[in-house]
Amino acid sequence: MTVIYRETGQFKTTYASDQQLFPILQDRVFVIGFLVFAFGVLPFIGTEYLFLAIIIPFLILSLAAIGLNILVGYCGQVSLGTGAFMSIGAYSAYNLAVRVPDLNLLVVFILAGVFATIVGVLFGIPSLRIKGFYLAVATLAAQFFVDWLFARVKWFTNDSSSGNVSAPPLAIFGYAIQTPVQQYLLVLAIVCVFALIARNLTRGAIGRSWMATRDMDVAAEVIGIRPLHAKLSAFAVSSFFIGVAGALWAFIRLGSWEPLAFDVNRSFQLLFMVIIGGLGSILGSFLGAAFIVILPLALNQLPTALGIPLSTAMISHIEFMVFGALIVFFLIVEPHGLARLWAIGKEKLRLWPFPH
Amino acid sequence: MSATQRNLTTAFFAILMVGAVSPMVVGDAKFGQWLEVVLGGLMSGVLYSLVAIGLVLIFKASGVFNFAQGAMVLFAALTLVRLMEKLPFIAALVLTLAIMVALAWFIERLVLRPLVNQEGIVLFMATLGVANFLDGFGQAVWGSDIYTLDIGMPKEPKILFEGTFEGGLLVNMEDAMAALIAGLLVAALWVFFQKTATGRALRAVADDHQAAQSIGIPLNRIWVIVWSVAGLVALVAGVIWGSKLGVQFSLSQIALKALPVVILGGFTSIPGAVIGGLIIGLGEKISEVYLGPMLGGGIENWFAYVLALIFLLFRPEGLFGEVRIDRV
Repeated sequence: MTVIYRETGQFKTTYASDQQLFPILQDRVFVIGFLVFAFGVLPFIGTEYLFLAIIIPFLILSLAAIGLNILVGYCGQVSLGTGAFMSIGAYSAYNLAVRVPDLNLLVVFILAGVFATIVGVLFGIPSLRIKGFYLAVATLAAQFFVDWLFARVKWFTNDSSSGNVSAPPLAIFGYAIQTPVQQYLLVLAIVCVFALIARNLTRGAIGRSWMATRDMDVAAEVIGIRPLHAKLSAFAVSSFFIGVAGALWAFIRLGSWEPLAFDVNRSFQLLFMVIIGGLGSILGSFLGAAFIVILPLALNQLPTALGIPLSTAMISHIEFMVFGALIVFFLIVEPHGLARLWAIGKEKLRLWPFPH
Repeated sequence: MSATQRNLTTAFFAILMVGAVSPMVVGDAKFGQWLEVVLGGLMSGVLYSLVAIGLVLIFKASGVFNFAQGAMVLFAALTLVRLMEKLPFIAALVLTLAIMVALAWFIERLVLRPLVNQEGIVLFMATLGVANFLDGFGQAVWGSDIYTLDIGMPKEPKILFEGTFEGGLLVNMEDAMAALIAGLLVAALWVFFQKTATGRALRAVADDHQAAQSIGIPLNRIWVIVWSVAGLVALVAGVIWGSKLGVQFSLSQIALKALPVVILGGFTSIPGAVIGGLIIGLGEKISEVYLGPMLGGGIENWFAYVLALIFLLFRPEGLFGEVRIDRV
């Protein structure tokens, strides 16, 4: 029975079974199967290119997109400063790793998230008085200020003359992380844990307070949700996720980087992921990140495959156009993004092969 | 406006004034040099104002915070510069204007109309998409090199008041021309809004959408007109920026500076946009020249934003904006 997507006969007899993460058996089987594949099979069959160019960037950006989605999708506070919080994570991790060499890599990543949280809450304070695009401009201030800070204040880059910094060799509990497969497994493990945390936070009391604030802040306040707590906690959790993602991006994806790696375009890219993937959905963050990582690669391959060679500049222009058009398209046609399309597909599957 | 708010606003500007004048008092800066910095700041402020005016026009009439204004500046400048290669200046200008009107029509049809009655933030994100699309489209059609736009602006700076100050006062004639053009544009906009029937209709829509519609003003056409006017403003801004810096992709980024300008001046006020632009331009240049060396330089990039951020905290409606912002 489980082959067909039906929930008939799956009775929930306890509260725990009603409230579990994936109440439908088929979903559980699918998720577990997917994780087994990701952890157990993919490392053996994936090529180096697949890991380095697609999967690792996809996973790290998903983590950042989850963070941004908590802020924009769940709490309704638009941020254009995601790149800044990623760079705070990246540079905190760098400084910790360089100045405290014996620190465990995981602790470095967590502390990077903590620093990003502190700055995130600081720049979240204006959200208590302003909202909408006013807040977007306030977060843009964070973006440009942080860009400048890491480019100009030499202490943060350990007095490197060019402004470029390199991550130290990565090792965790004595194991060196060098090959793409090892990097992939580390990132995958971290992202899985964080996705689980995010999923549970957003369906718990705190997540409901975010969503209430998003839907109507005055009404939320009337039913006893403190806007200060709801908004600042959303900023804190969001920046923590984004900070960790920034540290991962710098240490694992880039290796050595300069402040430009986290400029305002990165912020826009992440916002696009969240819009296309689906506002207010953890799955949507993954789908949006996958979409935005894969689309440029596909655009690169497609013209050659069709026999119309295009210059790289032209491809990047077309990429801009496609993204822009898609944003407008999704906002008009499906504001809940790819995640909603997925949900519609599941609904259809429940009834298949019958129409009703 | 509450008394605290008024006091804080006064204090804010008092501090700014002191900051602007202080190099004269404490430093060993020469008066002539200081005046040059001030003039330079005001000139770049004029350019920010030009972009900001486009933002304000659209926000007033349709409640849309148009993030694509910068992309429109780039698109208009690119179109003009490429058409000028084939056509005489006047013909290219007219054709570019026609293209900007067509663009306004497309945006109204394809983006605004389907999203009517949505929340402001959704429309804002939609204009983000429009901005991206226009950036890509403009460069895909017209190319992405740096083009020099020569419309016969005087290039060489002039030295004035040689007798009054030591070394004289170096004034960039191109900037002076730009300021003149901007002034003319604002005057023309004022006449258009105050003295023509269409302008009255636009003001009516800006005041109250529903009331305007109920007395028979076609909202959709008004939006096309207002986006066309914003396109015209973008074209003027693009011409001035373009002839100063060359027409290139960074034009679209520079226009981000218009955001702090409208925050400072208020979202609904054209004089606010002009004055906000001047304050931002001035503050930016003075801070860069006199404060920058202490902080390692390059503070131009964030100074305007931080200024606007501080201002937002105690006066979210801006200097001249309507007090209509719903605060939390």
